[in-house]
Amino acid sequence: MSSDSLLFIAVFLASAVEGVEAVTIVLAAGLTRGWRSALVGAGVASVALAAIVAVLGPALTALPIDILRLVVGALLLIFGLQWLRKSILRASGFKALHDEDAIFAAELAADRAIGREPRGIDGYGFTVSFKGVLLEGLEVAFIVVTFGSNQHNIPLAVLAALAAALLVIVAGVAVRAPLSRVPENTLKYAVGVMLTAYGTFWGAEGAGAHWPGGDAAILALIAFTLVTSALLGVAMRRRHARLPASFATSPPTPQ
Amino acid sequence: MSRLRTLAAFLYDFVVGDDPLIAAVVLVMLALTAAIAGAGVPAWWILPLGVVAGLSISLYRSTRA
Repeated sequence: MSSDSLLFIAVFLASAVEGVEAVTIVLAAGLTRGWRSALVGAGVASVALAAIVAVLGPALTALPIDILRLVVGALLLIFGLQWLRKSILRASGFKALHDEDAIFAAELAADRAIGREPRGIDGYGFTVSFKGVLLEGLEVAFIVVTFGSNQHNIPLAVLAALAAALLVIVAGVAVRAPLSRVPENTLKYAVGVMLTAYGTFWGAEGAGAHWPGGDAAILALIAFTLVTSALLGVAMRRRHARLPASFATSPPTPQ
Repeated sequence: MSRLRTLAAFLYDFVVGDDPLIAAVVLVMLALTAAIAGAGVPAWWILPLGVVAGLSISLYRSTRA
């Protein structure tokens, strides 16, 4: 196999892995907070990314990626744990379904009922989507610059990254419709799991830790977060069941 | 000044949310990860431990009453 073929395959696969991470986050934000905010966040991040790449070019590798990973990881982890906490409290009956998210949920439901995307921009959906795309996009740019310059063929590395991005985006659009039929509370729980897993991965890497198995550790972290939160959900349901009837006011909501 | 205060309140609410304990646990665990990784010792296990601890304590605290 020629060195050009190897370069294309290596950049394609590495970029596809990063692309799947970005698309997962945009899908999660879009399905739970509205597509307008998630897509605007992804679009603004893409423009910012293009500007950074255009200005810095090969000097891109000098950017402090670990600091970026640390900040983004910490924020995603905090967001993810808050979402998991609320989902578990709702599922166990400790928290009513309609709480501080009621206004947003009502607007979302009203807009969806008439087949319209929600008006305005939801800051949460925008931020999560923006950070995910910017960080993963920067990682793809690093891959292109480092692999491409090592093999003295940056245009081929760019082509491989673009092909991977196209494939991942098409796959994301294809799974959007089936995902939109999943109950909202279950989606919120799933988003909490994903944000927590990605936040744990990036946060630890940004702090200087190295994951056994590299990027594959994300799958283990997703499984770990799922099992942990499910066990905590069971424990909270039992705790709620032991409450006197006068305290157990809100019925469990479906997950 | 009041605009700055409003912005700070918004950012606090946006980032920290309902339970400041979760943000505190995340920051402490990240600092611990950085310190241990800096000493050349594997530190990947600290944050998952923090996830379990932070979520458990936060859930039990908020349902205690």
